Amino acid sequence: MSADEIDDSDGVRSLFDRLLDGDATLVIAVLGAIYLAYVLAGVAFGYGLRGQLNSIANLTFYIGVFGMLALALNLHWGYTGLFNIGIVGFMGIGVYVTALVSKPPVAQGGAAQVGGLGLPLGVGVIVGVVVTALFGLLVALPALRLRADYLAIVTVAFSEIVRFTMMSRTFQSYTVPDTIDLTVAGVQLFSFDPAADTIGLGGGGGLILNYPDPLEALLRTLFLWEPYLGFVGFVQRTLIPNNPKPVIDGFVYGLLLLVGVGLFYVLLSRVGKSPFGRVLKAIREDEDVANALGKDTDRFKLTAFVLGSALMGLGGILWYSSRGSITPPSFRPNITFFIWIALIIGGAGSNTGSFLGGAIFAGLLYEGPRYAKNLIETAFDLGDAPGNFGTAVAPMASLDPVPFVLYTLDSVSQLRLVIMGVVLIWLMHNRPEGLLGHRKETASSVDLSRPGGRDASNAAAADGGENR
Amino acid sequence: MNISETYVRYRRSLSEEPLAIGVVLVALWMAWALVSGLVTGGIRVSSLASLVWDGLLRGLIIGLAGIGLSMTYSILNFANFAHGDYLTSGAFAGMATSYLIAGIGENSVGALLLVGAGGSVFGGAIGVGVTTSPIAVALGAIVAGVSTIALALAIDRFVYKPIRDESGIALLITSIGVAFALRYLIQFVFGAGVRGTTAAGSVPRVNVPALDGTFRITAHDVSLIVVAGGLMLGVHLLLQRTKLGKAMRAMSDNEDLARITGIPTEQVIRTTWIVGAGLTGVAGYMFVLWKGTLGFNDGWLLLLLVFAAVILGGIGSIYGAIGGGIVIGLTASVSVIWIPSEFGRAAAFMVMIVILLFKPSGIFSGRTTA
Repeated sequence: MSADEIDDSDGVRSLFDRLLDGDATLVIAVLGAIYLAYVLAGVAFGYGLRGQLNSIANLTFYIGVFGMLALALNLHWGYTGLFNIGIVGFMGIGVYVTALVSKPPVAQGGAAQVGGLGLPLGVGVIVGVVVTALFGLLVALPALRLRADYLAIVTVAFSEIVRFTMMSRTFQSYTVPDTIDLTVAGVQLFSFDPAADTIGLGGGGGLILNYPDPLEALLRTLFLWEPYLGFVGFVQRTLIPNNPKPVIDGFVYGLLLLVGVGLFYVLLSRVGKSPFGRVLKAIREDEDVANALGKDTDRFKLTAFVLGSALMGLGGILWYSSRGSITPPSFRPNITFFIWIALIIGGAGSNTGSFLGGAIFAGLLYEGPRYAKNLIETAFDLGDAPGNFGTAVAPMASLDPVPFVLYTLDSVSQLRLVIMGVVLIWLMHNRPEGLLGHRKETASSVDLSRPGGRDASNAAAADGGENR
Repeated sequence: MNISETYVRYRRSLSEEPLAIGVVLVALWMAWALVSGLVTGGIRVSSLASLVWDGLLRGLIIGLAGIGLSMTYSILNFANFAHGDYLTSGAFAGMATSYLIAGIGENSVGALLLVGAGGSVFGGAIGVGVTTSPIAVALGAIVAGVSTIALALAIDRFVYKPIRDESGIALLITSIGVAFALRYLIQFVFGAGVRGTTAAGSVPRVNVPALDGTFRITAHDVSLIVVAGGLMLGVHLLLQRTKLGKAMRAMSDNEDLARITGIPTEQVIRTTWIVGAGLTGVAGYMFVLWKGTLGFNDGWLLLLLVFAAVILGGIGSIYGAIGGGIVIGLTASVSVIWIPSEFGRAAAFMVMIVILLFKPSGIFSGRTTA
């Protein structure tokens, strides 16, 4: 190909290249593949429209939350190099605070449980995020002086302390006085009548989230609730005659989560490209150098940690606030490691990679094994699984593998975690940079790599042709 | 030193180390609460003694498990998050052996080997205990150690060795993968249920008088002390009398330098795993024998306390791990005097965090391995 031809077709080719290399294409391709697999699985299960929507909504939900949390973790680990394995602690704080603020007082709600302050859900979310950020500050102030592995241990210990606090009987329930008076020298300065009767963390039983449904609250705020109900009615008349609202609710909530992921992505990309983000990346590469160049690295790390923690709190709120209740066992460190695996699959340091990692983790590792099990069970009518490993293995002696296969399928929820562990080991051996980690954004604002392509081939090789 | 100098130093410490002042104030308050509680009778001496005894035993287990973690942390330079699941593996392997020996003949071998998965055999019924079936317990402890060594060596060969030169963080992340795989494989094989392993009621016990009451010492307490003490002494002698300790110290300082001075580094690593994993497996078994229950999560739940002990004692120091283990064990048990009992473990974590902030090299630092 001559030089002229290249010049002519340059514009078209670069556009084509950009489309192929473009993050949007990659994301659409990966999401498309995952959704296609789920739809096909749904067809195999013989789902109707309702079942398909349900399955897709569930998948979207997990893609959304894992994508968001992996993005937030990318700010900590991918950009700044902060090894935070206390993610679930921040998520828990976010959703518990939201619950405390927004749960109706017991007298109104009627549930025989601890109540809340009864404020609107939007206020609850904001307070939840702010309080999570404050806890992030509380952890970061002392802990950021530590080495990466010590920071890891401190953060995971923090998340366990959070969980112990949720479970503890001490904070289970407090009775709120009817009026809070502040009287100094016989003069009443302040009198407040709190709406709540009891307030607390609910102990081991957790909290019933008896505030308005988050989706309803959001749509009402946007004055879209009536049109939404109209749409649900339309679907009921035309497509799904049998109570379509929960399905559509889930579907729309999943879509909103994807919008949330987009917002996270835009925010974090902007942060990453800003001068602030460049300092973060410099800290990741070499904190001493960044320090020597006059950057107050402690301050930058602190800000990044607090921002990331707040986003994790928001992620936790979006994950759990649409559930009927929250209990402390949901906030075990396993969730933290799930998010880490998602980030490592996608590649730390790349925002697109973080989201893709979240999507692939949710689609393949988190939900996938269950679908695979259901598919096999639909395809072959296998009967009941043995109750324990012994009765599953014993028939192997007489060359009957069926009970073992059944037991394996039945234990898919545990084996799923084994698979995750093995995938993590495999990734660390073979592709520690993940899918897109090789595109880790550099700290500098200008391209420091050698100019490649045509220009390089014309230039004299100053390095003896080593890099050809 | 004159008064103004003292004053200046005091003022400086007040402004520079507000946390340190806080810690001192908390310590003073705790001492006051304890003394006043003992004087007024709000805290009974016997219940305090019981808590101290419990904390000491817990600490011995943490310390024994901590030696292995501390050694691999300093030699291979990574925090092994799978260490807790090595404990669990040792406990299951050892208990399967004990069950088999104690219950053979009357029960199916499969149920015994699965440590009574799904309630098929009960440890209490077949009389697992140091007095009722001493051979089963002794062999169980040995098998626990040996099988954990085999497991650790296999994992090292296939998982850690190929990425030996990677950073400590890469190895840490890998070890999380190992922990997941191990823990849930154990759950897959042995089931999720928490089972009672010993005939808790029939373990011989003596009530030791303590001023206003008694506290209880059982045969399993004593066997734990004997085993842990013996193994700790053995490690001490091993590292003092052989060149292993010196080679390990050389390696933890600088692996390349150690290799060019003729230290066979891979062999030292293997020996480290053997010693560390052996102690860990036995610690897991003794832990389960002592507390009398066994679940697939036990080691993981203990892991953070072991980390706390190792950090407290200073990474790489086996005496630090033992000392740190006892401090952490005592903290987790005795702290219920001052705070609600749900926060015993949280208190131990707080001790660890405070140590990391003020003396990240550990309180026993300067006295490294042997």
